[in-house]
Amino acid sequence: MFSRAYKTAVTVPPLAWVAVFLLFPYALMFCYSFWSVTPAQTILHSWDLNNYKELLQKSVYWQTLLRSMWIAARVMLFSLLLGYPLAYFLSFYAGKRKDLLYQMVIIPLWVSYLVRAYAWKTILGSDGVLNTLLQYVHLTNHPLDFLLYSPFAVVLTLTHIYTPFTILPIYASLEHIPRNLVEASRDLGATPAQTFWKVIFPLSIPGVVAGATFAFVLSLGDFLAPLLLGGPSGIMISNIVVSLFGAAYNWPLGAAISLGMLVIVISLLFLSEHLEKKWSFS
Amino acid sequence: MSATPAQKPTLLSIRNIAKTFGRNVVLRDVSLEIAEGEFLTILGESGSGKTTLLRIIAGFETATSGEVWMGAERLDQQPPYRRRVNTVFQNYALFPHLTVEQNVAYGLRVAKRPNAEVEQRVAEALDKVKMTAHARKKPSKISGGQQQRVALARALVNRPNLLLLDEPLSALDANLRRQMQVELKSLQREVGIAFVFVTHDQEEAMVMSDRIALLRSGELEQVATPREIYSRPATAYVAQFIGHTNLLRSEVRDGVARCGALSWRTSTIDGPTLFSLRPEHLRPSSVASNGTVRVTGRVLQQAFHGATSLVRVECADGLVLVMRTSSGTLTAQEVELEFSPADAIPVRESPERS
Repeated sequence: MFSRAYKTAVTVPPLAWVAVFLLFPYALMFCYSFWSVTPAQTILHSWDLNNYKELLQKSVYWQTLLRSMWIAARVMLFSLLLGYPLAYFLSFYAGKRKDLLYQMVIIPLWVSYLVRAYAWKTILGSDGVLNTLLQYVHLTNHPLDFLLYSPFAVVLTLTHIYTPFTILPIYASLEHIPRNLVEASRDLGATPAQTFWKVIFPLSIPGVVAGATFAFVLSLGDFLAPLLLGGPSGIMISNIVVSLFGAAYNWPLGAAISLGMLVIVISLLFLSEHLEKKWSFS
Repeated sequence: MSATPAQKPTLLSIRNIAKTFGRNVVLRDVSLEIAEGEFLTILGESGSGKTTLLRIIAGFETATSGEVWMGAERLDQQPPYRRRVNTVFQNYALFPHLTVEQNVAYGLRVAKRPNAEVEQRVAEALDKVKMTAHARKKPSKISGGQQQRVALARALVNRPNLLLLDEPLSALDANLRRQMQVELKSLQREVGIAFVFVTHDQEEAMVMSDRIALLRSGELEQVATPREIYSRPATAYVAQFIGHTNLLRSEVRDGVARCGALSWRTSTIDGPTLFSLRPEHLRPSSVASNGTVRVTGRVLQQAFHGATSLVRVECADGLVLVMRTSSGTLTAQEVELEFSPADAIPVRESPERS
């Protein structure tokens, strides 16, 4: 149907793009993870597993990784708890306001991530909006210092940023539920609560899994929120990678951590896809 | 023949139901009684309001005015899940994440019936619709006809007082459809539950129903048995919607109706009157008959329908009559037709409604 030249013209550029900007950097990083740095700060093409051994032996790395996963897990949980009811309301009860409300979910995504993170800084800081208010109404007589520069601040900010990413797939999966299934359930004697737990929720699981994956994976790799709001106790694994590639000048170790992260994320994506397939019926 | 249903007690009573969506009037002043164990068909074209009426009985829509009673209980103020009414949906609405068995068990499970009872009743219901072999399959793995049976079993297992069926056969192909019509009718007799069946297919309505309620633009035109609605249509619309008919626009004076060159004796009161004359009541005239109305005309067209043919005949004054004949193709160009005056049924006009 299409000429050979046309097919080549449309397929080669994207493939080239992926090769140059994705596969090549990954390959390079893969190589780096087996190399090492001399005390004179030159890269030694040594090909050994020392970087990986160091990762396993030094507790700071896997403790930070665990903390990152714990933060990501909380972000995922809170995003789902906030996102699901909103998506459910949007899909089932918003009526004529559906489009408007949907746009209001999207609009925060147009605002720069950095701006939103800084906004939380001004809200949570010791002279921030929240502390000032709390002192003004005499709920406390000194600024609460756990608000900013803590894992709490990171979880709060990331939840704020990634909740729309959970709302959208959940909303899409709820929209795909034929409404006559809901009617059938009510017709067969199920109360609204029974209908929700026996029909609506099971059929929205693919959206929940997709949303959970977005929130967890995006939070796990985040470095700006911990950098701006995390303080020493809110450091995440990506901050370590950033410093290894920057000030510490240990690209090989940074590459090894990145590859480890890549393996974790790809496994999660496979798991998520498997779960979504298992729970989709159309 | 009268319009009263068989001598059974009334199960459901629909009283002066009206429904508007914004400015759009979908139902106006519909009143209907459904007897216990009755197979009642709500027949109408698309947009006649038949599905809306069904949804009001089921509880998915709220009537703008009017009431629905089941015995001494006012139904229209109850949520759907409290009504002893179940529905078979147009596209079956089987739960895709549940197996056939789990679908059928749904109503009993949400009612928290004991396990043993659920299993037994589900097994019986599946057996009744011959779906036992497919109990463990998901709905997507069975055919449309099988999904139809599962939807029936899922509704009937709850032993409702009334089963509502929203064009349940419209998605099936013609052969399967005819087969399911017969099965559905015998199933209904067997379980003895009243069925309210919605369809736009007049043939289906004729085959299956004890009574037909014909809806047009949100109003009931006639409620009667299939035989009565066919042989004594109340309005011109009914006569045309159910089968073929010839409408004779006549003037009645002193017990004689005149339509162009035709005239016959009638007991209808004087004034302009519309008569319905079925094509099978017209025949080529024979010497033997007397007391019949005769007219000659020119054969315009003959359509072969298998057992019978429909012949269009144009009379001298331009009136076109359709005759059903089983005597094969007519060879003559000119024919003389006759009919008995008793077969010309006076019908009310059906005025346009917005």
